[in-house]
Amino acid sequence: MPNPEVLKWLRTQFFPHMWCPGCGHGVILHAMLRAFVDLDMKPEETVIASGIGCSSRMPGYINACTVHSTHGRSLAYATGIKMARPELTVVDVMGDGDCSAIGGNHFIHACRRNIDITAIVMNNNIYGMTGGQASPTTPHGAIATTAPYGVIDSSFDLCRLAEGAGATFIARSTIANPKQCEKLIVDGIKHKGFSVIEIISSCHTQFGRRNKFRTPIDNLNRIKDASVPFAKAQGMSKEELAGKYVTGEFVNIQSPEYTEQYSRLVDRLKGGSR
Amino acid sequence: MTDVAFWQGNQALAQGALAAGCSFFAGYPITPSTDVMEEMAKELPLRGGKFIQMEDEIASMAATIGGSIAGRKSMTASSGPGISLKQENLGLAYMAEIPLVLVNVMRGGPSTGVPTKISQMDVMQARWGTHGDHGTIAYSPSSVQECFDIAIKAFNAAERYRQPVLILSDEVLGHMREKVVIPPAGSYEIVERKRPCTDKAKFIPYLADPEDDIPAMASFGDGYRWHVTGLTHNDFGFPSAKEDEVEKNIKRLVRKINRFRDDIVEYETLAIDDAEIVVLSFGTVARSSIRAVNEARRRGIKVGHFRPVTLWPFPDKEIYQIAKKSKIIIVPELNCGQMVLEVERAVHGKTKVIGKSLVNGELFTPDEIFKSIQEVA
Repeated sequence: MPNPEVLKWLRTQFFPHMWCPGCGHGVILHAMLRAFVDLDMKPEETVIASGIGCSSRMPGYINACTVHSTHGRSLAYATGIKMARPELTVVDVMGDGDCSAIGGNHFIHACRRNIDITAIVMNNNIYGMTGGQASPTTPHGAIATTAPYGVIDSSFDLCRLAEGAGATFIARSTIANPKQCEKLIVDGIKHKGFSVIEIISSCHTQFGRRNKFRTPIDNLNRIKDASVPFAKAQGMSKEELAGKYVTGEFVNIQSPEYTEQYSRLVDRLKGGSR
Repeated sequence: MTDVAFWQGNQALAQGALAAGCSFFAGYPITPSTDVMEEMAKELPLRGGKFIQMEDEIASMAATIGGSIAGRKSMTASSGPGISLKQENLGLAYMAEIPLVLVNVMRGGPSTGVPTKISQMDVMQARWGTHGDHGTIAYSPSSVQECFDIAIKAFNAAERYRQPVLILSDEVLGHMREKVVIPPAGSYEIVERKRPCTDKAKFIPYLADPEDDIPAMASFGDGYRWHVTGLTHNDFGFPSAKEDEVEKNIKRLVRKINRFRDDIVEYETLAIDDAEIVVLSFGTVARSSIRAVNEARRRGIKVGHFRPVTLWPFPDKEIYQIAKKSKIIIVPELNCGQMVLEVERAVHGKTKVIGKSLVNGELFTPDEIFKSIQEVA
């Protein structure tokens, strides 16, 4: 049972939630709410945006200013909100398909702009809500309803994608390490700029079932076994790291934040200079 | 003091928006609407407003909605394929009842079409472009002055009825320069969205006032907590698939416009009282039509002109009244016959309706319309 501080952030009238029992997303919701409590955030000043998919139903359960937008577009909504009211804390929750397939363009440009939004990508390697279709992070060879003979596509490394696009805080954790999730979310929200926290989640219903990981525990063990802390990964070869989840903080750099730059521009114009 | 400017239509749309209190613009470059965005890029930072160039048309629409949710009067502008791309998020704005203004500077289509030339091919897209049912408000200016005036009206309607409002301009009007009389601030009506006055803890975001079917809207950051969703929702704003709640939601979206139809509909007539022949056209085409009608009148032909200023809601009742008195209505438009369908619906067989279509990227000349009048006179 979550502590009362966390419970205050929930719209408990909607419980039980719509996620399957054993879904990894609940672990992420809980870690995120603990991070909000750690940071003493105010629900009236906190915006949670999402797109479409299982992960994107999360804001509906959070008693804050919440936007359940269109598939892949949540970062564009979040950008509009943050731009209009920079004093708000804006967190964007996405799934892997939401973030890197239909929303890929919005994702790389949010990274490039370095706007102060915290993006939490719940990567369960599958389209869960629509019934188990392959996503851009479904591993090569895995079975999905749209890849019944195995995926032949290469999968995205979301953190490397974010780094290439210019995000200034990038980290990865897994649902097998909820304390690390909480800490990275705290650090990501505190970071002034665009933060990406990928959290490896699990979908035993749509991914595991077709890929020899039928139960939630099978998936949790799969994720645990594949996790490699960032420091340890430094000494490993590319071959050794294949199929592994490197976890930890990868990027944390200070760079001018978008809304601050805009605000400085407005001030400069007020001073009469162009 | 009244000010006078010599503006292009696109510039006047942006200036009208600013006069209405627009303080947020998100856009993406596309011909022939880009000048609206460029004017906003220049003006908004000077006024402390927010301007952002987004990565695509989809994101521009989404960010515009975000700006409005956070309490700013927000606008975006586009053309052709850009308007097609905006339809997805435009639907969310209808569903979640987010006030905003979407400018469509029409160019030829389908697809890339003729980016640099005029068309009026988006009449039906404006009404039915996004999937699902909703009421539509779309204005069509026919002069640069009207671009300015309609931008203010469009914001007022968006704020009053809590939904997106479209402006259908076109390539010729967008790039034409004319004199604009700028009314002094305070001399024209400015409408602000209805704000909740309830206790913050008791706020029910989609509980509509039975008087107008429009719920009060709180901004993110004003101390209210609420949920914005594109799913059908109940009065509390939370997703619902219950039959009664779904039906209530959708029917109200349509009804809130229908019930104010008479307040929203605008049109202009010329020499209509004794007209046996009526030319019915909108936007830039109306300018050629009016010239032709005046010329025909000089030659003793009983002809008048009817110009819908709102394409949606369509002035069907008003056209019906005119149809009862006239022998024929000619509908010239720069498409293969879109508005003419609405005119046919409106006249209920009371008069003959003929369409006149032009889709070569040019505008009707007054002479071409005059000839059509002569043919039926």
